[in-house]
Amino acid sequence: MFTRRDLMAGAAAASLLPLAGANAQTAAPVDLLKIFVPAAPGGGWDQTARAVENVLRATKLVNGAQITNVPGAGGAVGLPQFINQWKGQGNALMVAGMVMVGSLIANKSALSLTQVTPIARLTGEFQALVVPASSPFKTTKDFVDALKADPTKVPVAGGSAGGSDHILLGMIAKAVGVPAPKVSYVAFAGGGPAVAALLGSQVAAGISGYGEFGEQIKAGKLRLLAISADKRQEGIDAPTLKEGGVDVELFNWRGVFAPPGVSDAQRAAMVKLIESMTASPQWADICKKQDWTPITLTGAEYGKYIESETARIRDILKDLGLA
Amino acid sequence: MDALAQLAQGFAVALTPINLMWCLVGCTLGTAIGVLPGLGPALTIALLLPITFKVEPASAFILFAGIYYGAMYGGSTTSILLNTPGESATIVTALEGNKMARGGRAGAALATSAIGSFVAGTLGTLGIAFLAPVVVDVALRFGPADYFSLMVLAFVTVSAVLGSSAVRGLTALFFGIWLGLIGVDLQTGQARFTFGLQELLDGVNVIVVAVGLFAVGETLYMASRRLSSDDEIIPLRGSLWMTREEWSRSWKPWLRGTALGFPIGAMPAGGAEIPTFLSYFIEKKLSRKPEEFGHGAIEGVAGPEAANNASAAGVLVPMLTLGLPTSATAAIMLSAFQSYGINPGPMLLQSQPQLVWGLIASLFIGNVMLLALNLPMIAIWVKMLQIPAPILYAGILVFATIGTYGISQSPIDLILLYAIGAVGYLMRRYDFPTAPVIIGMILGPLAEQNFRQAMTISAGDWSVFFTRPLSASILALALIAVAGPKLYELATRAPAAGQAT
Repeated sequence: MFTRRDLMAGAAAASLLPLAGANAQTAAPVDLLKIFVPAAPGGGWDQTARAVENVLRATKLVNGAQITNVPGAGGAVGLPQFINQWKGQGNALMVAGMVMVGSLIANKSALSLTQVTPIARLTGEFQALVVPASSPFKTTKDFVDALKADPTKVPVAGGSAGGSDHILLGMIAKAVGVPAPKVSYVAFAGGGPAVAALLGSQVAAGISGYGEFGEQIKAGKLRLLAISADKRQEGIDAPTLKEGGVDVELFNWRGVFAPPGVSDAQRAAMVKLIESMTASPQWADICKKQDWTPITLTGAEYGKYIESETARIRDILKDLGLA
Repeated sequence: MDALAQLAQGFAVALTPINLMWCLVGCTLGTAIGVLPGLGPALTIALLLPITFKVEPASAFILFAGIYYGAMYGGSTTSILLNTPGESATIVTALEGNKMARGGRAGAALATSAIGSFVAGTLGTLGIAFLAPVVVDVALRFGPADYFSLMVLAFVTVSAVLGSSAVRGLTALFFGIWLGLIGVDLQTGQARFTFGLQELLDGVNVIVVAVGLFAVGETLYMASRRLSSDDEIIPLRGSLWMTREEWSRSWKPWLRGTALGFPIGAMPAGGAEIPTFLSYFIEKKLSRKPEEFGHGAIEGVAGPEAANNASAAGVLVPMLTLGLPTSATAAIMLSAFQSYGINPGPMLLQSQPQLVWGLIASLFIGNVMLLALNLPMIAIWVKMLQIPAPILYAGILVFATIGTYGISQSPIDLILLYAIGAVGYLMRRYDFPTAPVIIGMILGPLAEQNFRQAMTISAGDWSVFFTRPLSASILALALIAVAGPKLYELATRAPAAGQAT
């Protein structure tokens, strides 16, 4: 186990190295920032946490950072721990997002994201509606027409039931007047298996984050019908769902939260820290590399956003028969 | 010949001293984490992701691939010596491997597993280099209906491990299926059998169950028996190395295991476990000494070990040709591509030939290194069995506990480990086989999910399992596997009536 320990130390040292020179200082550096990730290493929240850590260190906004992973059930295992054991810690942040809102509702958890202190929404990933290259559907309208004619004949692949992909399909169905429980949603264990089912034409269509499909679309193996963003995106040749006649907009957003019970001053300092981070060129750079759309929203407005998102997702999960 | 020229270029990348060093580090590290139950390659690579900020892409992937292959080698060592599988893909290895070790043939079991892994790894890597586009094309034709039929075929193979009593065997199987169903249902998002515990929402980890049943259960059983029996020290019989007979009984299973593991590993829902079950079943059927199965048959180690290493190579096929991650480890490796700003996808081979072929070449080198690392270690490993039983079993318990805690740092997992250990003890005491629990746990949920996916796609039409050519042929194979031997018996008995079978 010597090699393992040495390597870990090496890896830690590597991540300590600043990516670029210091930024204009806007907040006093925090000595040790603790980031809580209610998911396993390697996933979207973990990548977000590590990106935050890297940028904060590179811009000298913090001197050190420590990441704790508590994986399980879309964050439902980690959240109670963050609420109970991290209460009142002014130097702590948790990464979470839309997936956790859905998971808490579907699992009938007594807890919700309104119980932690909202700091900032950071990034969003819009969803994409795709079909296999050989599909007869050329536009969103073709897809919607088939869905209206007989939803059971249009199996749609995506991630686990009640997740962001399923939620978007529910919203589309509702918007075009198809009863949500009638839609034929085939849940796969993650984006990879869903893409495989699409490439093999096992299903009629698929929904996932654009990143899952991007390369297949470029290679001409999948056809992109629409994206769930609010407006057309640079470099992506597809209309939004709204342009396609479906009044739906959805971002799979990720953000950071402080524990409950922090003082107003601590909360304000944390908001300021994150605002300085999102304003840095290093943050813009990392978002570009990872295909994240920066959709920063901080403080009280973010709190309101969480509340409206929770209500909206609860409604759609109810329509789908999952809550 | 294009592939050959590309491969030569790949070797030029992989043979630079710095990349050789990364390959060695990866192989060593991989072997070490493979030995520890719970710590798997996916978690290790995830923890090493920050290295991508500092190291060249080719070097990082050579390191990751070394870890991945190394874990497959390391996992079998503890399966054989301690009956404690380090990885889910090496669970089947424990069945015969540990029996061999108790029979004094630990050296031969370790050797056939290391050489089988080498053969399968090398052939599998050749497969990546030359067959990838064909294999991936076939693999994508498998839809949920076909996977369900494949699971049916795999379930048929369970009879190979049910033991003498069908009632006991099936009880164990259904206990396993039940354990596998615990957690959030993928198709509806609803929790099943979680008793309100948030920690159970993601299901029970199969490694926890395997270690609980095999290692903890075994320890409890040994402890309960010590009062009534003398210390037995397992003698080493014969040479450390494989005998001539063992060689001749091993090479065919290696090849058959590779032929099963590589294509199934390349399938999006294939995985490493199913080919090991299928290989075990086939070897038992084809063996000239089927009565040795359950008492340490070398074919039962050689086949599944080759199958799991070949499947590790298979998993890399859709990843490199299509950018499709089909296992947790592949998914993490893909996220490493992204942190270099490389988008893995169908164009990867064209856009990054240096990287891909460097990686493939380093897999060849890694295999040689792993063989060189593992063979001399055998002499040291087998000494472990001469540790007096109480100390050895105490060590196993510590090892199992630490490994399990490492999976999720969750006390619930530890409670589960010991509860399942107690169940394992009772099963052992009352002569229930434990292997069907694991098989049920892996296959049950897979079969269920694929069945429901198939039914959703076909809008509830049952005929889909018989009208799809792939599915129909696999079901036919399963039928032959069940009814074939009986029919054969009937057909041959008629002329030779009167002779006892």
